[in-house]
Amino acid sequence: MKRLLFAAAILVSTPAFAVDPDEMLKDPAQEARARELGAELRCLVCQNQSIDDSDADLAKDLRQIVRERIAKGDSDSAVKQYLVDRYGDYVLLKPPFNAKTLLLWLGPLGLALAALGVGRAYYRRQKQEVAPLAPLTDDEKKRLERVMKDQA
Amino acid sequence: MKNRWAYLLPVILFLGLLGFFTRGLFLDPRAIPSVMIDKPAPQMDLAALPGRGDTGLKTEHLKGQVSLVNIFGSWCVSCVAEHPYLMKIKAQKIVPIMGIDWRDDPVQGALWLQKNGDPYDRVGVDPAPGHASVDFGVTGAPESFIVDKEGRIRYKHVGIIDDRVWSEILLPIIRELQK
Repeated sequence: MKRLLFAAAILVSTPAFAVDPDEMLKDPAQEARARELGAELRCLVCQNQSIDDSDADLAKDLRQIVRERIAKGDSDSAVKQYLVDRYGDYVLLKPPFNAKTLLLWLGPLGLALAALGVGRAYYRRQKQEVAPLAPLTDDEKKRLERVMKDQA
Repeated sequence: MKNRWAYLLPVILFLGLLGFFTRGLFLDPRAIPSVMIDKPAPQMDLAALPGRGDTGLKTEHLKGQVSLVNIFGSWCVSCVAEHPYLMKIKAQKIVPIMGIDWRDDPVQGALWLQKNGDPYDRVGVDPAPGHASVDFGVTGAPESFIVDKEGRIRYKHVGIIDDRVWSEILLPIIRELQK
């Protein structure tokens, strides 16, 4: 039973976040917003971690600044904009859809469509090449008959 | 004849992608282009280091002359390596160096400067969470900014300033802005 409980506890446990209890906001709703934002913001030192996951000092600072902005009444998008104004789109883990990222978002779709197009053209041409077979000429028929007779 | 070239298309595409990805291997993922370039230096009013005799660092101090703003901290290992170069730049008397002592204990910062030499015209302390440094878009120390006479950020250098960075990159920009 104890073992089972232990196994169950491991199954339901989540990875630890870097957020310290003393960093948290008192209002649980605001803290929840800070967590959601923190998961979407890139730690600029470790680069592929969110600021919530990172133990870097800068990540800790940014977590605190996110909470300050929330406590001041900033909306989620205003908090993000605050950091984008200072660190660029790079601070967002999910890149925004704009002129600069058009290739990133639509590139794979474009490549897939292009591949489909090439495939279709290839398939069609193969069909066409098979279709127009001219009927045998009289000369060829005679030769064919002769060959068949020899075989028999 | 036309078809022969069509068969080469995948090869050409592949070579194109190969070139693209090979280039990516040699790009520095830490070189993040700053969005602060050409923006006014952020509003700040930073306290002085104890015993330095200046009044700290304010946004107004970055106006009226070209200045080099340097982010450092007594905890910062690379800053020790950069320090002798900053002392050399100070001796040349070409540009004032303004220090931002980032995420630091003011006493530790002051002691660090006493020990290693003090290249700064003014120093302001920016304790955690480093509002002023975040407003500059700082990602680590050392980091330096060239601010023009109007108080606008014109260039950002990430990492150590050494002789090469100074003479080949920073000095030409500073000379140009001082004209």
